[in-house]
Order: sequence, then C-alpha cells, then structure tokens
Amino acid sequence: MKTLKGALFPVAVLLLWEIGMRASGIQSDSLAPPSQIAVAFYEALFDGTVLDRTAQTLFVVICGLGIGGGLALVFSVLMGLVPAFARLMQFSIEVLRPVPPVALIPVAMLIFGFGFPMEITLCAFACFWPVAIYGHAAIANIEPQLLDVSRVLRLSPVARVFKIVLPAALPRYFVGFRLSAAVSLIIAVTVEITINPLGVGFELMKASQSLHPDRMFAMLLWIGVIGGGLNWALLFAQRRLFGRAGLAAAR
Amino acid sequence: MRGEAICRDHVSARLLAPFAPLVLMTGAAVAAEALIEFRQVSHRFGARPVLSDINLAVRPSEFVCMVGPSGCGKTTMLRMVAGLLRPEHGSVFYSGAPVTEPAHAVAFMFQDYSKALLPWRNAAGNVALALEASGVPRAARQPRIATLLEKVGLGGHAEQFPIQLSGGMQQRLQIARCLAQEPAVLLMDEPFGALDAMTRQSLQDELLRIIQASRTTALFVTHDLEEAIYLGDRVVALHPNPGRIAQIFEVTLPRPRNQLETREDPEFIRLRHEIFHFISAGAA
Repeated sequence: MKTLKGALFPVAVLLLWEIGMRASGIQSDSLAPPSQIAVAFYEALFDGTVLDRTAQTLFVVICGLGIGGGLALVFSVLMGLVPAFARLMQFSIEVLRPVPPVALIPVAMLIFGFGFPMEITLCAFACFWPVAIYGHAAIANIEPQLLDVSRVLRLSPVARVFKIVLPAALPRYFVGFRLSAAVSLIIAVTVEITINPLGVGFELMKASQSLHPDRMFAMLLWIGVIGGGLNWALLFAQRRLFGRAGLAAAR
Repeated sequence: MRGEAICRDHVSARLLAPFAPLVLMTGAAVAAEALIEFRQVSHRFGARPVLSDINLAVRPSEFVCMVGPSGCGKTTMLRMVAGLLRPEHGSVFYSGAPVTEPAHAVAFMFQDYSKALLPWRNAAGNVALALEASGVPRAARQPRIATLLEKVGLGGHAEQFPIQLSGGMQQRLQIARCLAQEPAVLLMDEPFGALDAMTRQSLQDELLRIIQASRTTALFVTHDLEEAIYLGDRVVALHPNPGRIAQIFEVTLPRPRNQLETREDPEFIRLRHEIFHFISAGAA
C-alpha cells in the first residue's frame, strides 16, 4: 500500500511528460518521451552495451570498495587498539581527508593513464574514509564491560579482535561500507563521465554528446538502479551472512 | 612465593613503624590461611580518594559479602582482586602472590548482564567463549557446555540469544560462563541488583548450592543488607568517601540456608538491625 502511494507521484510525472511531449509534437535534442527512453533501454540491454558497461563500472566500484574499505578496516582496528598509532596518524588523516577524491583525477591520470587502475585507485581513496572513520568510532564506543570480559577471560590479543572487537563493531562497519559503496559509485561515474572511456558513465556521456536523449536518460535511470542495488546487496549481506551480529545494527 | 610475601611484609612493617603492631597482627594472623588478601590498599581516581587503608583477608571457601553505600569502593575492590585494576598503594594478594593481571582461576560476574554477554552469540556460544579462552579443545566443549547450562537451569535454552532471555536467565547464563572457568574464586558485583524479588531469591539459593558443592571462594558486592546476611559467612560493612572497612560481622546462621527459616531466625534479624544502624550511622 505504502509503495503504491509512493509510486503515484513519479507515475503521474511520467504520464504528464509523455502526454506533454506527444501533444506538443516537440522534436528535441535534449528531451525524449518516457516511451522512447524505455525503447532505447530495451535496445541497449539486448545489444549488450548495458551489461558490458555495467560490468565495467561494477568491477571498479567493487574493487575500490574492497581495497579502500579493506585497508580502512585494518587501519581503524589498529587506530582503535594502539593509541600510539592513532596519535601518529592523526595529523595525516586531517590533511588527507578533506581532499576531494575528484581533485585527484589529474594526478591519477598522470600516474596510471586511462583504464581500470586509475579509476579503482580513486574509488579506493574515496572508500577509505567512511569505513575508517565509522570503524574507529565504533571501536572507541565498544561497551567497556565487554573488554573487561575479554580481559578477565584472558583472551589473547588476536582472539580479542576477532571474538569481541570486530563483532561488536560490525554494525557500524556496515554503515561505513554502505556509505562507501555509494561514494564509490559516485566517484566511478564521475571519472567515467569526465575522462575515462569505460563504464556506464562513459555510455551516458556518449549518448549525450551524440544527441541521443532517449539513450542518455535510459543510462541515467540505470545508474540509479545500480546504486539502489548495491545498497540492497550490502543490507542483504548484513542480514544473512552475519546473523545476530549484523542484526544488532537494525536496532 | 609465600616467603617473599612475608619479607615484603617485614619491610613495610619497618616503614610503617608506628603502625607495626597492627600490621603484624593482621599480616601474620591471616597470611597462613588467606586465599585473597588486601594489605594496606589505598586508591584514588584522579584527586578523589576511593579506598583508604583496606586490610582484609578472605579464607578459602569463604563467602564474604561487602555492603555499603555508593562510592564506598566495593566495585573497585573487586576489580583489584580480578586484576583489572592495580591499587595505587598497597597490594592485593591471591594465594600469597600479588595480583598483577587477570587469572583463569578467578571469575568475575558483572552487574549489568546485558552488557557482559555477547549479543551475537547464543547461550551455548557465550559459555563457549570461556572454554575457548582457556584452550579447551573443540570436541570437549559441547558436553561441558550442556552440563553447565543444565546446572544453572538453562538446559533447554542453548540456542537462544541473550536478547531472547529474561534478566534472570541472562544472569544464570553469566553464572554458567563463570563456572566454565572452573574458578577457585568467584567475584560478583551486585549480580542480582536489577532482578525482581522472586528471581533474586531463587538465584541466591542456586548460587549457594553451586558454590557450596564446588567449595568456591566468593566475594559478593551488594547494596542489599539482607542479601549479604543471607549469603555470607562474613559481612564487610564499608563507609564511603573514601571507602574504608568500618566493621566486619560474622554470620553464624546455619547452612544450608532457607529463604523462610533463615530470614526469620532471631540471629538474622539481630544482624540486620545491627548492620542497618551501623551503616546508616556511617552515612549520616
């Protein structure tokens, strides 16, 4: 029922858009009626373009998330458990974190040239921060009594990390990873639109520059679908793979 | 080890010459049989003194309860025995050696069970944590977990998660995890404070039954005078700001104790009056 009500507005907009364009008989290089967008998407889907481009972008997004998020995971555990390391890194973090990842496009371009490595590096840089910051906060906020439990039971440092610290911090790490996934897609598409001849962003740009608004809007909608899908996949993983530990986040 | 402790005692006795008779009396009288011993323990949190010159010896298999108002350092004393906190002055001894870190033989039962259990592990998994920590091989864990859960009355709840258990059951689970350590000493920090009266009484009786069967030494902190008298062999009354031992009361009530008969015993009532007046006088 809720989704039905929610769908009312966009469906109305689409209908008006369709009717408006047909009634006025506009021939436009920048707009296309929804029906044409649907047809363009259908064609792009079946000539393989959409799938190929999506695979490229997803590959970049997932590699960036894995590398950046993975490094951030290790980094934040060290920061949380070794105060000396946290103090050592404090300044570097404050200097690096405010750098907009897109400002590094020219640098990455110089180092790597066109292609996957350049784009993955930028995504990894952007993905590092949400996971590192949420993770560090999560570890700092672990219930002190749980740490007392691990001390009274004489858990080894490794057992403490894997049996107490990470499970206790897991819900917040998931928040960090979900934010990073969204950031990763933003950076990937930005890099593809601005410079890198890869992925859905490049396809979107190509459609725009070749004056194919129907194809352009089709790609735009599809990018939205990818973003939603990524978030859903991580939520699903959180619920299914990690059972109770993940569920604690839903509270 | 013991010789070393006595030597140390002599040194401190010389340093504290004016108090020498006191030191020798407490030190020598209990050194032979004390399992846990506080010797001239003082501690501060920042500038605030929390414990002042604590001397206390606990014999093996003894059940000692500590009562007193908030801020009298009861929990701090327990944390020192557990090796979670080092006293600023003086030492806490366990079987003749100073406590410097947590030991497998000393189990700690926390007040807030909801924060002491791992919410992502079920009941069996929470007990398993103690077995994993003491290096019990995987194959040997399952039967021991089943026995322990059975012992605390959680036999049918092995698969349930802490959030699915009532407060009383969560505290039973914590008891089971402590017992998994096969402790010689059980430290308890107001373990039943958050439970309703009925649950509390049944847990008191089960605790006594388990502890008496295993001859475990117990140090039990509570706000509740009656609980202290009901459970303990001795009740240590503390005064606050800074925390200090005001008086120690021997409880001579017969065991096994019984919720009705023990609490109606004239000696129980006499002790309750005595300690109550004593503590309210100290707080005033």
